Amino acid sequence: MTTELFIQYLLAGITYGSIYAIVAIGFNIIYNTTGIINFAQGEFVMFGGMIAISLLQFMPLPLAILLAVVLTMLIGALIEICFIRWLKSPSVLRMIIITIGISILSREVAVHVWGESIRSLPYFVGNEITSIPILGARISPQVLWVVAVSGLMVVCLGVFFKTTSVGREMRACASNRKAATLCGINAENMVTLSFVLSAGIGALAGCVMSPITYSQYDMGTGLAIKGFTVAILGGLGSSGGAVAAGLLLGIIEAFSVSVVPLAFQDAISISILLIILFVRPQGLFGSKEAAGLKEF
Amino acid sequence: MVLPPYSIERGEKMKKIASKILMAMLAVSFFAVPAAWAENIKVGAILAVTGGASFLGGPEARSLEMLVEEVNNNGGINGNKIELIIKDSAASPEKAISFAKQLIEEEKVLAIIGPSTSGETMKIKNICEQAKTPLLSCGAAEVIVNPVAAYVFKTPQKDSFAVKKIFMEMNKMGISKIAVLAGNTGFGKAGKGQLLKIAPEFGIEVVEVEVYDKKSNDLSAVVAKIKANKDVQAVINWSIVPAQAIVAKNMRQAGWDVPLFQSHGFGNIKYVEAAGAAAEGIIFPAGRLLIADSLPADNPQKALLMAYKKNYEAKFNEPASTFGGHAYDAFTILMAAVAEAGNDRDKVRTAIEGLKNFAGTGGVFNFSAEDHNGLGIEAFQMMIVKDGKFVAYTGK
Amino acid sequence: MKKLLSILPLLAVVIGVHLLTSATDTMYYLTQMTMSAYYSLLIIGLCVLMGYAGQISLGHAGFFAIGGYLSAALTTRSLIPYQGTTLVSLLDSAGLLLSGHDLYGEALLVVTPWAACIIAVLTAACIAVVIGIPVLKLKGHYLAMATLGFGIIIYRLALAMEYFGEADGISEVPAFVLLPGVSVSGNFSDRVQNYYIAWVLLLIGMVLLLNLIDSRVGRALRGIHGSDEAADAMGVNTARFKLQTFVLSAVFAAIAGVFLTHYNGGIGPSEAGVMKSVRYVAIVAVGGMAHLWGALLMGIVLNFLSLRGIFGSYDDAVFGLILIVIMLFAPNGILSINVRHRLRQLLGRGKQDRAGEV
Repeated sequence: MTTELFIQYLLAGITYGSIYAIVAIGFNIIYNTTGIINFAQGEFVMFGGMIAISLLQFMPLPLAILLAVVLTMLIGALIEICFIRWLKSPSVLRMIIITIGISILSREVAVHVWGESIRSLPYFVGNEITSIPILGARISPQVLWVVAVSGLMVVCLGVFFKTTSVGREMRACASNRKAATLCGINAENMVTLSFVLSAGIGALAGCVMSPITYSQYDMGTGLAIKGFTVAILGGLGSSGGAVAAGLLLGIIEAFSVSVVPLAFQDAISISILLIILFVRPQGLFGSKEAAGLKEF
Repeated sequence: MVLPPYSIERGEKMKKIASKILMAMLAVSFFAVPAAWAENIKVGAILAVTGGASFLGGPEARSLEMLVEEVNNNGGINGNKIELIIKDSAASPEKAISFAKQLIEEEKVLAIIGPSTSGETMKIKNICEQAKTPLLSCGAAEVIVNPVAAYVFKTPQKDSFAVKKIFMEMNKMGISKIAVLAGNTGFGKAGKGQLLKIAPEFGIEVVEVEVYDKKSNDLSAVVAKIKANKDVQAVINWSIVPAQAIVAKNMRQAGWDVPLFQSHGFGNIKYVEAAGAAAEGIIFPAGRLLIADSLPADNPQKALLMAYKKNYEAKFNEPASTFGGHAYDAFTILMAAVAEAGNDRDKVRTAIEGLKNFAGTGGVFNFSAEDHNGLGIEAFQMMIVKDGKFVAYTGK
Repeated sequence: MKKLLSILPLLAVVIGVHLLTSATDTMYYLTQMTMSAYYSLLIIGLCVLMGYAGQISLGHAGFFAIGGYLSAALTTRSLIPYQGTTLVSLLDSAGLLLSGHDLYGEALLVVTPWAACIIAVLTAACIAVVIGIPVLKLKGHYLAMATLGFGIIIYRLALAMEYFGEADGISEVPAFVLLPGVSVSGNFSDRVQNYYIAWVLLLIGMVLLLNLIDSRVGRALRGIHGSDEAADAMGVNTARFKLQTFVLSAVFAAIAGVFLTHYNGGIGPSEAGVMKSVRYVAIVAVGGMAHLWGALLMGIVLNFLSLRGIFGSYDDAVFGLILIVIMLFAPNGILSINVRHRLRQLLGRGKQDRAGEV
């Protein structure tokens, strides 16, 4: 393999990996405050992209993206308030089924609003054929946007959870909801907030990746599966783990192309994941004790 | 009614009937609805309106709805009202099977239009054959009509002709070593098979073959892989899914400027918009719907192509694609046969086999007992993307 | 014996449906009833795995596909090019091969449906054991991920391998002759017998599962609400029970796959898709996790409606809505809704509210 090809695979892997990582982080935020895996996370990504594309007719790109993120956050809040907030100590499996239901419904709403065809935002810089040379390989500047935005999100989230009081309260709910409630934290609002936050992150991801991957009403399922895989592999709840696992999966996928036919790519990458899971049932970066304590 | 034996005259007659229907449909008059219909003629359609192949089923279903409305507004066929029952299979074969049985036995439809994909069509081919119900498939694969089943027809052009068109062009350009990329749908599978089979006839060697997922987000890794093979002089991307636009983008982003050929699955201007600047210079064979405006006035397809395009775009506010055209052809062929043979499955089947010189969106159909597709290689026109539009390709 | 008795009303319903449709000249309903019965066979197996053994599986469509695809490929793909090889001659001498002609006169040499069925189901069982041992050690979301991953691998293999027909799947699968004169096929003339084949199979499945959940281990698990630790403490080998149930449910799924494929005359990759697995899990949940009868009912009703295309393009939307509504208001499944209790509760609350206003 030439260096050029090696770098090209690596860059492709980083592109896939960053996308998976952002979706996985969305899963983790909600998981951390509720213990729920929100299978409608992929739909937040879809809504973000689709809304921004629709808004673009009326306003410049940055404003459209901002408004799309805000609107998707509202959708996130609405979903939590309508379907989750008023349930008294729901079982986790019940929540899985409800979020799957929400995911199916969101997709159906999207197909009847936007139709089945693909859309996309314009490239933020340059156009479809612009590329930047890096060590002999070439990539689209949009890839840098995706990588930068995901990196920035991880840093911001870390700061938010560590330093702000709201962030600390959310973490308190995550580790022990009852104790947090006793300390005067409104746990219900924290859960709503986690949905808002995760919807916003999904929407932003949906906007940044739209020029590369396109936006389509049914893009959520595939992303949710990959994101879920990465979240599990990184250890549920760990943002750093999600990034590392996302990049790992992305790079495995990119390099697997050189060895096996592309058609078998998913089968290979998932097999590797399963083997890792069998050896380390708590994920690559999860702690065994924490995984053992989880209800489901 | 005794059917006349197959003859050229009969072909001429069919042509006249067909043009009459066409005239009726072109003259959109809303007051011509008769007070009472002589009879209801039920036509079933199994289309993937939702699900993984909705980019096919959606335009197909909309085209059919539009056509039925037009026909009925114009007094139906011989005073009979056409009743269309569309079933959404979501591209699942098991649903297609269930619906086919339902339409045949329960609704007792005269004929079935669809399914949208080859996989579904192959599942219900035997059911329709057994029940002696004409099936006009919108699936692309050649196996649908080869070997010929008496009651099964298809309207999309044959893959092998598209492949030959591309290879002829390659011979002219002096290209002999190519890479093949295909989407993992029935369309991609069938095309890949034909490409590999026919390449040696034209002295072309396929040096790389890869199949990508219909839901792919990015294909830069596989593009890097085939780019690394210095033998590759051109790439053929055979696919009908939106992801085919990603191939074009990733190739140009990688700074790779070998000629890119696509299949007739590229026949939707939305894919050009999606690929943007990367679509420039893509060469592909397709039906003439895409360049209807620039056809000479004496082209037999021109009038109907322009009408279909205008009506569809006015009604649904989206560009017409060749996919919707497959359903359009299936419907107009069926109506032409009904106009001649009435509401009878066997007679309609025979009437379709007798259709000659019937202009549709995909080309000029000439059916026979041996050819249930009816389109020749001339149904294809090589096209190129220029300034974000399709134009006829006439060589360098 | 008691189990057999509890099945009798269902048998009566099955016969009743046949008589009713035949009297009203609506026998075409039996087609979708037959298909629903096969899907329900998978669903009741999954119900026992989820509700009683407490293990979620998001990969059961994978087992269905293993059964369906293997059986379809073995009975359809001609072995003529391999005629000289030892394996083929071995099969031939064992009388497991069938030679004949396809619809268009090509010579064919294929495995007999019976042998193909047994090979397919055994393969599914073996894969279930191999996968089950490590997978069932996982818990919660990790278990969900592992089973989901298994499902994806099967789907990808079906979609990528030429032998399994890639995106088109396998068509023209021959009839499965169970006994002379009795065959699983989609022919219009065989409809009634196929209806009974499917439902008898489903009834047998129900009896087996009812017995299983009433066995010593089943009772123990039910009594302690599926807590592994408590069961372990009582000396119940939960790991073994879980694995047995997993394999059994995989076998149910594979048998359903084999039969439905012969009935449909083909199979496509959508049968192996993730959304199918999710659908099965959702139907079990809607029917009530630890409620075999509820799962059976919902399996029949929802599949029947979907296969008849009642909701048109809104099929998925309606399914999603049913899912949410039932999970919100009746988390223990549709049969847990006690209508009278609910009404009284509502009326009672109304009274209280009014009292409050005063």
